[in-house]
Amino acid sequence: MTDISKAPTPSALSALRSIAILRESWIGMIGTGLILFWVFVALFAPLLAPHDPLAILQPFAKPGTFHVKSGTTLWLGTDNLGRDILSRVIWGARTVLIYAPLATVCAYAVGIIMGLAAGYHRGWWDTVLSRIGDIILSFPVLVLYIIVIATFGASGFNIVIAITFASAPGIMRIVRGLALDLRNRDYVAASQTRGETSFYIMVVEILPNARGPLIVDACVRLGYVIITIGVLGFLGLGLPPPKPDWGGMVNEARGMAMIFPHMTIIPCVAISSLVLGFNLLADGLREVSLRD
Amino acid sequence: MLIFIAKRFSFMVITMAAVSILLFVVLEFSPGSVATKVLGQFATDEQKNIWLEQHGYFDPLWQRYFVWAGNFLTGELGESHRFKVPVGEILWPRLWNTAVLGFWTFAFLIPFSLVLGVLAGMREGSKLDRTISIISVLTTSIPEFASAVFLSALFVFGLNWLPGTSGMISGFDFKQLIMPVLVLFLYDFGYVARMTRASMAEVMTTPYIRTAVLKGLPYRQVIMKHALRNALIAPFTVIMLQLNWLLSGVIVVEFFFAYKGFGALLLEASLNQDIFVIEACAMVAVFVAVATQTIADIGYTFLNPRIRFS
Amino acid sequence: MNDPKDNHTAPVLEIENLCVSYFARSGEIPAVIDFSLSLAPGESVGLVGESGCGKSTVAMAIMRYLGNNGDIVDGSVRFQGRDMAALSEAELRGLRGSKIAMVYQEPMAALNPSLTIGDQLTEVPITHASANPTEARDKALNMLRDVNLPDPERVMDAYPHQISGGQQQRVVIAMALLGEPALLLLDEPTTALDVTVEAGIVELIAELSRKYGTALLYISHNLGLMLEVCDRIGVMYSGEIVESGDMDTIFSQPRHPYTLGLLGCIPLPHSDKNARPLTAIPGQLPLPHERPDGCNFGPRCGSFAAGKCGVDAIPLAVVPQEAGSPHHVRCARWNEIDPATSLPAGDYRPPNEVGDTVLEVDGLQKYYTVRDSSLRAFVTGKTVRYVKANEDLTFNAREGETVAIVGESGCGKSTIARVLMGLETATGGEVRFQDASIGDVTAQERSPDQLGALQMVFQNPNDTLNPSLSIGAQIGRVIRKFGVERDADRVRERMLKLLDMVKLPLEFASRRPRQLSGGQKQRVAIARAFAGNPAAVVADEPISALDVSVAAAVSELIMDIQRDNKTTLIFISHDLGAVRYLADRVVVMYLGRIMEQGTTDEVFSPPYHPYTEALLSAVPIADPTVEKRRIVLEGDLPSVLNPPKGCPFSTRCPRRLGDICDNELPAFRIHGDGHAIACHIPMDELEAVAPVIAVKEHAAE
Repeated sequence: MTDISKAPTPSALSALRSIAILRESWIGMIGTGLILFWVFVALFAPLLAPHDPLAILQPFAKPGTFHVKSGTTLWLGTDNLGRDILSRVIWGARTVLIYAPLATVCAYAVGIIMGLAAGYHRGWWDTVLSRIGDIILSFPVLVLYIIVIATFGASGFNIVIAITFASAPGIMRIVRGLALDLRNRDYVAASQTRGETSFYIMVVEILPNARGPLIVDACVRLGYVIITIGVLGFLGLGLPPPKPDWGGMVNEARGMAMIFPHMTIIPCVAISSLVLGFNLLADGLREVSLRD
Repeated sequence: MLIFIAKRFSFMVITMAAVSILLFVVLEFSPGSVATKVLGQFATDEQKNIWLEQHGYFDPLWQRYFVWAGNFLTGELGESHRFKVPVGEILWPRLWNTAVLGFWTFAFLIPFSLVLGVLAGMREGSKLDRTISIISVLTTSIPEFASAVFLSALFVFGLNWLPGTSGMISGFDFKQLIMPVLVLFLYDFGYVARMTRASMAEVMTTPYIRTAVLKGLPYRQVIMKHALRNALIAPFTVIMLQLNWLLSGVIVVEFFFAYKGFGALLLEASLNQDIFVIEACAMVAVFVAVATQTIADIGYTFLNPRIRFS
Repeated sequence: MNDPKDNHTAPVLEIENLCVSYFARSGEIPAVIDFSLSLAPGESVGLVGESGCGKSTVAMAIMRYLGNNGDIVDGSVRFQGRDMAALSEAELRGLRGSKIAMVYQEPMAALNPSLTIGDQLTEVPITHASANPTEARDKALNMLRDVNLPDPERVMDAYPHQISGGQQQRVVIAMALLGEPALLLLDEPTTALDVTVEAGIVELIAELSRKYGTALLYISHNLGLMLEVCDRIGVMYSGEIVESGDMDTIFSQPRHPYTLGLLGCIPLPHSDKNARPLTAIPGQLPLPHERPDGCNFGPRCGSFAAGKCGVDAIPLAVVPQEAGSPHHVRCARWNEIDPATSLPAGDYRPPNEVGDTVLEVDGLQKYYTVRDSSLRAFVTGKTVRYVKANEDLTFNAREGETVAIVGESGCGKSTIARVLMGLETATGGEVRFQDASIGDVTAQERSPDQLGALQMVFQNPNDTLNPSLSIGAQIGRVIRKFGVERDADRVRERMLKLLDMVKLPLEFASRRPRQLSGGQKQRVAIARAFAGNPAAVVADEPISALDVSVAAAVSELIMDIQRDNKTTLIFISHDLGAVRYLADRVVVMYLGRIMEQGTTDEVFSPPYHPYTEALLSAVPIADPTVEKRRIVLEGDLPSVLNPPKGCPFSTRCPRRLGDICDNELPAFRIHGDGHAIACHIPMDELEAVAPVIAVKEHAAE
């Protein structure tokens, strides 16, 4: 899903340095700002949320309604059950920022191992792993998620497993491509001529030099995983209901969108802005790494 | 070349076989649960056993798979226990509806995203390029359900221009198709346009474009004859693979707008454990995905003379 | 280089005080400074300089094609009397490709991969001469014949990737000449090609420019090539012309210290690694945004005088002379420097003592299998084919000796390195190193001592170091790996010692590879190779990716370390000049086989193998006093997948005897003391040929 041709060269810089130079890319700055905002919200959800996200206050309150009992203004209104939307959006940030990075990290762990094995060892390993990857990738993703989750049930764990299963082959392809390129570098040959093990070469000589494109890909993929979690929630296949989840909020309020549009629009803005943050950051990183 | 095509097709068959095995194992590994799904929660063990006996569920797994696969190939897809009709009867009309939706999406998506992508990539860093880039990041960042929400709020509830559902209860209505197509278009547009832009921008920096410019060719000819051909090879593959993505988007959009399509059928079937419908839908989806991939691969080699003649 | 006084031939091109800058985020970066040049019809002028000196930017400025971030900030370019800056886009298009044409460095990249060659050629007459397609096709076909392409009809319908690199460059030249240009710009047109192919292209360019009366601006880093093509030459350094004048003047009476230094870096037939070692220019090219005050060459110059050279920009001065075109030099002290005494030459060094045999290669074979998935292969059942990268190689190397393996691309010379290093295992034959058989032992199976005793220096300096690790960590790892030292402090000590050995500052230990220049990276690679006190080092083209002045320093460094450690050096190269200078013995390879081997003197003088003879003739030599016999090979290298049945060289050999060459593999004939030649031509006939290279007189001595 990333555009590999425009991704940074492996010689491009450590992650830290890239982020430091992001100062020069306003797109990257905006992206980082959006992400940091939501990370902050998620971290301090208990302090920031004015109400318990599950507490029933007053149903169908429009944004800005004054809630007499608690003496607070419901800035974003309440949902059909009377739960404070602002608090639910804040807690929802926490949900999504736990599961999306977790699923992405798992997918990367599997994808990188498979990709290194296929790209560095070539031959038999490569054929088998690539074929398996191709088969999984040929499956329409959402169909896959629906079947897996419909069969095994909706839970955070199953969502992470399903996303790992569906994303790892894509990551493997990227890592494999990078490894195929990097393994022909003279410094890899130099380490082979001093008898280094394959493991050392993969971990020290190849992986660190592939990080540029991988970081960009990870940002885009994280955005996509957030969308996926949202979509699953929206289709009613996400986390079990009481837990605040942006996609799920849209699903529950869908029928009332005509009269109470705020119930659906607000979580949609939340998820879109977070995904936008990751996509802008990826663009910024790509721009910065190309400039060198 | 012939060998290449033969290889692609055999890979396609292998993939289909692998997926079918996987699907079969996941869904029908334990006969007991199949019976529960078909006969419902409250069926007695005795009823279940009779049903299982009738349908050959006491045979070993591999034998059942071959019977199932054989039936599948002859178009015998089983019966939907929810609608109590053969699966084919509901599946084909639904698939046709989705094809209509997909057709109109592509009819707008391809010209728009290619033209804008090319224009942006032609002059990298220009105002137009920056505008198109930002629009495409924005649209790819908004999930289909969110853009459906936003667009409904605007066109359906705000301006009252369009119907908010697309059930087509009283026959086909083009107006009801606009919202779903628009949502799908927006989400995929950014992706294809960005790909095209990147591909075009890369081609524009190649030495052979410099050669063409320094040959004194008019700019039009540099673009039309020298750049486009090479720049559109990558987006071609992307667009073909986009069908795969469209299948995902279709599920969301059909669900949102209550459009009676294939995606909605799959989702309903999954939520209701309508096992034979799930199987049929999944196989159809995989077939469409694998077939387009095969066509994309073969098409790619035709577009690219470097592969065609080696 | 102002225009000569004869007014009847108005100059084709006049460039006056041209300044070109690129604009980056960090500010303005001047690429070309105060550049003047005048070019008469039919004249050919060379621009020579190391990478980054701005020579290609000059060509692009002439074409007014500087990209989005480049601009002409001062001066003017006049083509046939018209100011290029004043032309409209349409007028500019009318000139490009018709009156001014260009030939590029990478022919493969310069041609559009998805259009047929015919399509790309006919565009030129259709655009500029309003020809109809049939006329255009005829013209293109004629031009393809003019550039000596075999079977032009077939080439017209082919795609660029279907023809060889040499043929691609001929197509690019044909494309440039189709517009009948008055000025042809050549930007390193042969750098990407093999020497024997290069020789053919250079001859073609010279011949066609005479035929069509085209003025040439020839840009290259190779002084030897200039000598074969150009009448006049401009030497560029860091964006400026530092010296210009007639070819002979520059070679015989160079005035600028940089020109002098450059001439002192190039291995010539009469230079000798012991008697007359090369002298490298110290230091390195300043980055464009870090140029010093005053003279750009100042920091590297032996004649630098602070008050005179280091203050203001140095103007071009005219060196008085009797005849010829004016001789300019950009040096504040040019009249204080005597070219005769300051042509540098290093001090005498005693030759290495050669010891016992360290490495023996006997009948080495290395085949690669290639799967052919075409329909024809499928039908005939030949789906597996062999690339015979090495076939029956036998040679040895002794302690302290330098053995060069020389050949063009695809001759299998790098495969030898891979087998020696254990990156590949031999298909057949034996490799004995320090009395152990290593031909079929991979690097992972070798003992640390064995690994440390045989190390390698690679070709590409930008590729040789892991970009993610510091220099110190990379050298330290090798020291520990070979078991030289284990204790952290002693490893560090040894690492610093190695850095010192390759003459790098010790603070480089904590730097990352990207902070180093190419030459510095190559020095680190040498330090790494010598970490385990190796008995033998394989150097695969260690200097060919470096600029001339840097290459000289690196090759001197390798030789110094070799001398101190009595190391055996296997020097793999395509550059006969460097080989002649560096090697004690030479092995000449072609298509996986050894054609000839012997001591350097034996190989470089008759009797020659006909291939060696052609190779020697093809190598450009930067010395006007050397006369060469011209032998230009026809055709291209055969495919390694389908080598000739008999002698591998039979398809291109100018001295082919007949069927025997096509059908029978020649055996080695021994001439004198171990000089072996694999050729069917009788030895006395081979002995009878005149030397390829003859020195007219020793002007410098």
